[in-house]
Amino acid sequence: MKHAFLDHHSHTESPVHHLDARAKIIVFFTFILIGVSSPPTAFLLFSLLAMALIGIALLARLPIGHLLKKVLVILPFLFVVTISIPFMKKDAVGGGYNLGLGSLSISQSGLWILWNVVIKSCLGVFSIILLSSTTSFPQLIKGMEKLGSPKIFTMLTSFMYRYSFILIDEMYRMRRARDSRCFGGRWFWQTKVIGHMIGTLFLRSFFRGERVYLAMLSRGYHGTMPETTMERFGLGEILFLFLSPLLLFLRIYLA
Amino acid sequence: MISNKVIEIDHLSYDYPDGTPALRDIHLEVYEHESIAILGPNGAGKSTLLYHLNGTLMGEGKVIILGIPVDKKNLKEIRRKVGLVFQSPEDQLFCPTVFDDVAFGPLNMGLDEKSVQHRVEKALEMMGLKGFEGRSAHHLSEGEKKRVALATVLSMDSEILALDEPTDNLDPSGNRMLIERIQSIPQTKVIVTHHLPVAIDLCERAVLLYGGRKMEDLPMRELLKDRALLERFGFDADYAQWMYERNVKFQSSSS
Repeated sequence: MKHAFLDHHSHTESPVHHLDARAKIIVFFTFILIGVSSPPTAFLLFSLLAMALIGIALLARLPIGHLLKKVLVILPFLFVVTISIPFMKKDAVGGGYNLGLGSLSISQSGLWILWNVVIKSCLGVFSIILLSSTTSFPQLIKGMEKLGSPKIFTMLTSFMYRYSFILIDEMYRMRRARDSRCFGGRWFWQTKVIGHMIGTLFLRSFFRGERVYLAMLSRGYHGTMPETTMERFGLGEILFLFLSPLLLFLRIYLA
Repeated sequence: MISNKVIEIDHLSYDYPDGTPALRDIHLEVYEHESIAILGPNGAGKSTLLYHLNGTLMGEGKVIILGIPVDKKNLKEIRRKVGLVFQSPEDQLFCPTVFDDVAFGPLNMGLDEKSVQHRVEKALEMMGLKGFEGRSAHHLSEGEKKRVALATVLSMDSEILALDEPTDNLDPSGNRMLIERIQSIPQTKVIVTHHLPVAIDLCERAVLLYGGRKMEDLPMRELLKDRALLERFGFDADYAQWMYERNVKFQSSSS
């Protein structure tokens, strides 16, 4: 089985894809920081951020529609905020619903909070999606490592990335084997079978871990993962990195 | 010409941690540039014997590799000399990219960046995998994974290669391709398999194991002639005879 859902589009050819992962991590995280730290009334700044992100996406030859669809992952979270926040604060009435069963009023500050959450989460998630769509996962991990992320964290992430696919495959295979033996019956019986499956999956992963460790030892592993160097920053990276101070400047003067 | 003894195993016995006997009183000598097949049914102790070659397992008795006894203090050196490829490439390939996996051994050996790069290139070229450096293992076919797994030890430039079921799970064309690649490797090879055709193609000597004991140690052409022995081990004697006759014909026509 083949999976590519973690870093879809990350192997496209474009100037943005060719940039060093470190430059992209820094710039996209600046986007998130600037977005999150701005007051909800900074409309101009928000629109500039959005335009810059869309510009990068176009430069990276990514399908905007696909990226926007991916942003929709925040919908369930937004839904929770939407049904609670506008009604929470009782101050100036910003609007209301009349559902026939009685009217509901929405507070103005509640609406501001909602707007704040919507715009910041959209910009933040869009930045992260752009980063993961223009950088392959291995490069991303290497970039994080070079930027000083703890080694144990990057090591665990890279193992998780490598083995999550195998684990998912194994789970699918088990499920298929289960279903082809007429799985069904009462819910109690089903939970028992699922319990066994989780247990088996755990044991298999555990033994695989042992075997992988042996394979590492066989190739001279002695407790620390060897490091490979990354290429040096070129003109492209330096120019791209200039976006960070520029964003900071805009944040200070526009909001 | 008498060539050097590269592997010397004497009175080797091993019990699994639960007390089940796995190997009993094994004697084996392997000479430089020899290619030997360890054959036998499931549970005969083939892989267990292979794991003793680089100290992954250590039993009672003597295992000497290129004059160095396999014990805890020599492990680092032994593992440089013996490249062990595990049966499942999923265990062998644990890094985010093909390059990282092939570079893992050389980097652990403390080589500088340039020679690592050179060795990775050379190993990938030998396995017909040029241009695969940036790929992730889960995007490869089974045959490609097997070849990358081999490249991970070829890059270590080990004097001895120990391969556990190298052609397991491959389709006929993948099988053929891998066999040709293994044939092109000049190092001493110890190959565990339960497929007679693979052993015939790759090895000139056969060691037969049964129940953890060495039953026979004979040239491959002798084995192909011995119908009774083949049948005792459950091999297809008709196929072996056909292969023997074909080889004899081939040799007489080429001489």
